[in-house]
Amino acid sequence: MTDQMPVTSPVLEMRDVSISYSGIIPAVTGVDLLVRPGEIVGIIGESGSGKSTLAQSILGLLPETVKISGQKLALSGVDLLAASDSTLRNLRGPAAAMIFQNPMTTFSPLHTLGRQLMDLLWRERHLSTLEKRQMILVALQDVGLPDPAARLEAYPFQLSGGMLQRVAIAAALLMRPSLLVADEPTTALDVTMEAQILHLMREIRNKAGVSILMISHHLGVIAELCDRVAVMYAGRIVEEGPVETIFADPRHPYTKALFACEPALISDTAMRLPVIGGEVPRPVDVGCGFAGRCSQVLDCCSVLSPPWVAVHNTDAPHLSRCHRSAP
Amino acid sequence: MVVMEINTGTSIRNPVEPGFLRRAGRVASQVFFTPLGGIGCTLVLLILVIALFAPALAPYSPTAINVKERLADPSLHHLLGTDQLGRDLLSRVMVGTQTAMMVAMSALSIALLAALPLGLIAGYGPRWLDACLILVFDSLSSLPMIMLGLAIVVLLGPGIPTVILVIVIYSVPSYARLVRTQTLSLKSRDFIKAEQAMNASTPRILFGHLLPNVIGPLLILACLDISTVITLEAGLSFLGLGVKPQVPSWGNILSDGFSVIRSTALPVIAGGVPLILATIGFTFFGEALRDALDPKLARERKP
Amino acid sequence: MTIFVIRRVGLAAIILLIVAILLFSMMHLIPGDPTVVALGPRSTPEMREAFREMMGLDQPILKQLALYLGRLAEGNLGEDVWSRRPVLTIIFEVLPYTVTLALASFLWAVTLGIFLGCLAVVHHGRWPDWLIGLLSVGFVAVPSFVVALYSLLIFAVSLNWLPAIGAGAPGDIVGQLKALVLPSFAIGLGWVGYVARLVRAAMIEAMGENYTRTLRSFGVSERRIIYRYALRQALLAVLSVIAIGFGGLLTGSVFAEIVFSRPGLGKMTYDAVMSRNYPLVMGTVLVTSALYVTCMIIADVITAWIDPRVRSAL
Repeated sequence: MTDQMPVTSPVLEMRDVSISYSGIIPAVTGVDLLVRPGEIVGIIGESGSGKSTLAQSILGLLPETVKISGQKLALSGVDLLAASDSTLRNLRGPAAAMIFQNPMTTFSPLHTLGRQLMDLLWRERHLSTLEKRQMILVALQDVGLPDPAARLEAYPFQLSGGMLQRVAIAAALLMRPSLLVADEPTTALDVTMEAQILHLMREIRNKAGVSILMISHHLGVIAELCDRVAVMYAGRIVEEGPVETIFADPRHPYTKALFACEPALISDTAMRLPVIGGEVPRPVDVGCGFAGRCSQVLDCCSVLSPPWVAVHNTDAPHLSRCHRSAP
Repeated sequence: MVVMEINTGTSIRNPVEPGFLRRAGRVASQVFFTPLGGIGCTLVLLILVIALFAPALAPYSPTAINVKERLADPSLHHLLGTDQLGRDLLSRVMVGTQTAMMVAMSALSIALLAALPLGLIAGYGPRWLDACLILVFDSLSSLPMIMLGLAIVVLLGPGIPTVILVIVIYSVPSYARLVRTQTLSLKSRDFIKAEQAMNASTPRILFGHLLPNVIGPLLILACLDISTVITLEAGLSFLGLGVKPQVPSWGNILSDGFSVIRSTALPVIAGGVPLILATIGFTFFGEALRDALDPKLARERKP
Repeated sequence: MTIFVIRRVGLAAIILLIVAILLFSMMHLIPGDPTVVALGPRSTPEMREAFREMMGLDQPILKQLALYLGRLAEGNLGEDVWSRRPVLTIIFEVLPYTVTLALASFLWAVTLGIFLGCLAVVHHGRWPDWLIGLLSVGFVAVPSFVVALYSLLIFAVSLNWLPAIGAGAPGDIVGQLKALVLPSFAIGLGWVGYVARLVRAAMIEAMGENYTRTLRSFGVSERRIIYRYALRQALLAVLSVIAIGFGGLLTGSVFAEIVFSRPGLGKMTYDAVMSRNYPLVMGTVLVTSALYVTCMIIADVITAWIDPRVRSAL
């Protein structure tokens, strides 16, 4: 179907992707994920659920000892699983750009920001230094950085985290990417900065039509920004669907537990803070990864891998991977 | 997990005690089965065996002069040939190994014994004493090593005791500084605080708890230093300022060889190769040991 | 910045003062007549008397120390026992030879060391990496005077490519350069290994930093990341160490100068030791300590200046 409608051909398509460290320790198992043009997709999960590993695999940024396998991992239609190093290099930037969690360490402390941004524009060999500088200034202005010309001479430590994250976003946008992968971009920032950055990202999508894959452990961020959300647990996506339906009607017990723990959603009258007992386990081969901590566990949960179950089968399906979700 | 540990009191126990032998076995295998450690261990063992049994193994007396056979080429009688006084080079090299080891080991032992109390005092004693000691250590280490050696030699005259003294003065500051930093960091740890809270006497804390924890890193450092010390002894002897000229030592063999270098290369090679093997062997061994035991101690050794 | 430099200089001055006191007390701790200790048993009574007067040995010990330090403050390091020329003059006559030698060794260390370090990083985890690893530990371990002897043996005695003796005739630049090659190599080889290890470790650390991941995520080539970014971070580490090391290079020249019969600080000190020229030896120890400490200050200042974070904080 994607062949007939090139307009909606996905910018990112993952089918049954698994990632393991040294080929032994699994981090992500059997993930299916689709990001369409202009869409903002969120991935939410606890630390250790494999969401950051997943994000870095999209640009092939994981160390060489990490093994990625699966049916398909395609960026703008190019399959990365079979891609050579040079193909991968050409995709980094134009096909997908990434912004990272800690803006303070995103840039080299020993080089001026201008120097580094110039180096990121290595593709524009046909442009003069002056033209590149102009491009950078415009991009910095677009993300609302005050006094951009002075910032080019500055070193990263002279800027605040929020400003640096703006520079990082500007750098990513200079690539005119089809997809922007944002790995917890606001976690290291304070709340006002977070709101501004989220606003900026929504604007980017609306103006430039960039798709965004937003990785976060923060429900508020996801709810505010995303069209669709995938809930990740122990290396698997356990529930996926439009933000509205999932937030209104979570089906997977893990999603429910996660929502119950969100401070903003806890009622004032609650006597005890809700907790999910235990820790995130390693991804499992058979059965449901959440079985050990689930309050509604069935006998079959630890031996049978739960299938995808469509909860609401509309244009944007709401899927849950739980034996209990089955009708 | 961390929270659990504190609650069950694991961190209050002295970390040296449990499973020491098992750990030692693991470390030994880690040291031996790396390229660095494998080469290092082999060379060190070889040198130690030669050093221990040199007088028995050496075919001739290393000081027996035989003017008729001076500067002889290698033959079945003299495997490495002879020097300008007709002394058998192989025997001199073997007994020289013993000299080198003896000087290095005794000097390092004295240095360690001196550094331990100094470091403990600096780390555990009053602040002003600490500051004074550190200043003296800093001054001593800013004295250029070889110049200090020359100055001491000019005052005391050459000989093995002088060499040992030079080595001790050179090594004590760095060892004492290590003991001090270790003591300072241990002092703030829970198991020492627990002892203090239980009114344990200062000697008990110092010798029962701090000492066992300090001695490991200290020995690694000393191990890394053995090759520097061997070099120093050989260097001073080469200059004619170390052990007495008639005593067989690598430096003396090199010194004798240097004076005849235009007619034969053999004595210089015979004296230099064991020295190179020894320094490389002990450095490799020490580095492998450090990597296995205490990677944090990674203080790059300077040439 | 100024305050930082002043503080460093102040500390250096205190260290030098302690060194001077140590040297002074060393002379007085030796049992026996200090004039005999200093001048040796072959000295004549007249020489001993002159020496006694020069050093003020008749005065009480603290007065002597004060006199000694006062002379040092004036830049008076005493007189050569034999020629009666000022020690400082003699030292400054030979110092240029040694500084040239040290600079040449420095060149070996920096060029070869950085080259090997980069080579190891580019082939990280493969055989060139661990071969360079073994080699550089070996380079550090091998005594410099053995390297001097063997390079003399191979390149001067056997192959006769380079001169074995001296520093080259005055005015003969090519000859001087040729005479510089082997001694500087002998001193520099250990530093080659040291710098190579340092560069390798610092670059590997840099390659694991978040900012290199950022560069990679924009498709910037590994080559550019290594040479423009990681190397810059490594050079920072190398520079501070090697500036301190320059002091070591100066004193490490003793063996090379003796093996190659080059004039210089080391050769002069050795000759002074052999002729029991006490004031000259002590003066050299003081001067080299001062050079050593100066190099340390320069290293600190350079490091502070190069790192933009530190520079702006000062």
